[in-house]
Amino acid sequence: MRRFALILVPYLWLLALFLVPFVIVFKISLSDLAMAIPPYTPTLDLAEGWAGLVSFFRELDFENYVWLTEDALYWKAYLSSLQIAVISTVLTLLVGYPIAYGMARAPEEWRPMLLMLVILPFWTSFLIRVYAWMGILAKEGVLNQFLLWTGVISEPLVILNTNLAVYIGIVYTYLPFMILPIYASLERMDESLLEAAEDLGCSRLSAFWLVTAPLSKQGVIAGSFLVFIPTIGEFVIPSLLGGSKTLMIGKVLWDEFFANRDWPVASAVAVILLLILIVPIILFQRNQQKQREAEG
Amino acid sequence: MALDVFAPWDDPKAKPLIQFKNVTKRFGDFTAIDDLTVDIFEQEFFALLGPSGCGKTTMMRMLAGFETPSEGSILLAGQDMAPVPPNQRAVNMMFQSYALFPHLSVWENIAFGLRRDRMPKDEIATRVEEMLRLTRLEKFARRKPHQISGGQRQRVALARSLAKAPKLLLLDEPLGALDKKLRQETQFELMDIQESTGTTFVIVTHDQEEAMTVASRVAVMDEGKIVQVATPDAIYEAPNSTYVADFIGDVNLITGSVETEGETLRFTWAESQPAIVGASTKTFGKAQNVHFAIRPEKIAISAQKPEDAANAVPGKVLDIAYLGNISTYHVQLAGGQVIKAQTANNRRISRRSFTWEDDVWLSWTDTAGVFLER
Ligand SMILES: Nc1ncnc2c1ncn2[C@@H]1O[C@H](COP(=O)(O)OP(=O)(O)OP(=O)(O)O)[C@@H](O)[C@H]1O
Ligand SMILES: [Mg+2]
Repeated sequence: MRRFALILVPYLWLLALFLVPFVIVFKISLSDLAMAIPPYTPTLDLAEGWAGLVSFFRELDFENYVWLTEDALYWKAYLSSLQIAVISTVLTLLVGYPIAYGMARAPEEWRPMLLMLVILPFWTSFLIRVYAWMGILAKEGVLNQFLLWTGVISEPLVILNTNLAVYIGIVYTYLPFMILPIYASLERMDESLLEAAEDLGCSRLSAFWLVTAPLSKQGVIAGSFLVFIPTIGEFVIPSLLGGSKTLMIGKVLWDEFFANRDWPVASAVAVILLLILIVPIILFQRNQQKQREAEG
Repeated sequence: MALDVFAPWDDPKAKPLIQFKNVTKRFGDFTAIDDLTVDIFEQEFFALLGPSGCGKTTMMRMLAGFETPSEGSILLAGQDMAPVPPNQRAVNMMFQSYALFPHLSVWENIAFGLRRDRMPKDEIATRVEEMLRLTRLEKFARRKPHQISGGQRQRVALARSLAKAPKLLLLDEPLGALDKKLRQETQFELMDIQESTGTTFVIVTHDQEEAMTVASRVAVMDEGKIVQVATPDAIYEAPNSTYVADFIGDVNLITGSVETEGETLRFTWAESQPAIVGASTKTFGKAQNVHFAIRPEKIAISAQKPEDAANAVPGKVLDIAYLGNISTYHVQLAGGQVIKAQTANNRRISRRSFTWEDDVWLSWTDTAGVFLER
């Protein structure tokens, strides 16, 4: 009985916070656009009884999904989002791993302070931080002024409103999500393992590849998913830092909702995005599970 | 000494394999190894013995190359080791903490070093199988380190360090987690390996019996210094200090002073007792305060005063510790001192000659004990 209750609680939680909103969104995605409040039809009217229910379901269809396949904008946006997410994840890993490694190898008394520094940016609003990047990357921004002043460049660089700015923004924003799991796995590692590897004939470098890398694999996988999953649907960063050519599905979704007020198509976009994300989310869960088993 | 006895340390021409020359190792302002000088010869089985924290592991780590001496130098085959990194030393170490790779199976752990040497695949397989057989781990070859017991892990660590058949093998408490029987078997295996391969072993152990069994020489350490290096029997029979006598085995330490000097000393130790007569290789001054150290098994116990014994004192049995093969009698003398005497139990316990409160005589010969400076 106790066991049952223990299982029930998370399922109820999932039902309330995930399944119910999902069903609502899914229903809207099957509706048609209407000049009304809310801006779609049909709406369920239980007062009409059985007949009302039947006509309600009759009016639902997959038109919006068909529409998504017909306009190239959508699948291009999905693909472009995937691409940006993959590249950003790799970049975040390349930046984050050395930082995590350095933190894990730092003297023990420094580590809490270093962890603090990683988490510190979360104390200010995400939006403000992205705006700050606009100030840094703009044509007359801090970065260009500095580079012009040092004489490295003679013409200001165009970074803001390009994909490069989006990558910078994403790497900056999601770096802590990459660093923390990698740091956790590296910090747990016993340093005598590296000594043992060297003792058995490894160079420092091969000891890294044969011992450190495999032992931090779980952290790398976890960190990569934590960056990849939210990045696909990212909206703020491409809107503020990206240019007209930056195509991301989050931006498309926003435009459908707020510019076109086409809730049904926007909902369809969201449902497809969710389906795309389910695969990495399941993989992520598997990885966490495996890690727990390996430790148990 | 006969020629066929292995004793390169007595041969002035023999070249040591390892030389510690005035090595000091400091961690911050803590001195872990203090001006230590010792030679270890090829094919030796060199045991380091000493209380926890005396610097045994630190010595090993310096040999393996993980720590560099703060002062002094370590030579391997006459060559200064300071600039040689650990992966280029013909030395393998078994870590006190085992340091097994958690992501690799037992098999892969043992094969790790062989793979680094780019040994052909089938040779690696044969070698690993051999090591698995030696350490009785055949059944666990596919398991990961966290899926086996502590003693099995220790055997994996041992197998991994043995696999490469290095010139010098450093074993940091290699058998501590094994049960007595397996430990004894493995000790003999190690001695076999040592004999058949000629590998030099340096082994740390907390088990004196183990050191006595396997070692060609034993070094007793205290606070970063080697107090005595000698063969097991010399360490046991002729300790050079009270510290060594007390550390190795069981001993009765009696305090007193020298009454008459010479090769055969007379030693006063209690008002009411006759002086102890004993031979001494060391010379002491008259009235010098010394310790007389005598092992319990060197003391005979009897009901009547023995006629011909060089030393005999009366006492009363205070306590008897029965250890199976031997019994230790705690005998209280007239002055209140308690002396331990051991006898072999070659009779059944019910027919034991002495029991509590019995008046007995303790006796020993004039060469049974040693005199040590205080
Ligand atoms: N990296 C280090 N930093 C500071 N002190 C150290 C370090 N390594 C060892 N020590 C100190 O040096 C001394 C000797 O340590 P070592 O590990 O050699 O002892 P040990 O003889 O192997 O002891 P045990 O029998 O408990 O294994 C200890 O007091 C230890 O605290
Ligand atoms: Mg130690």
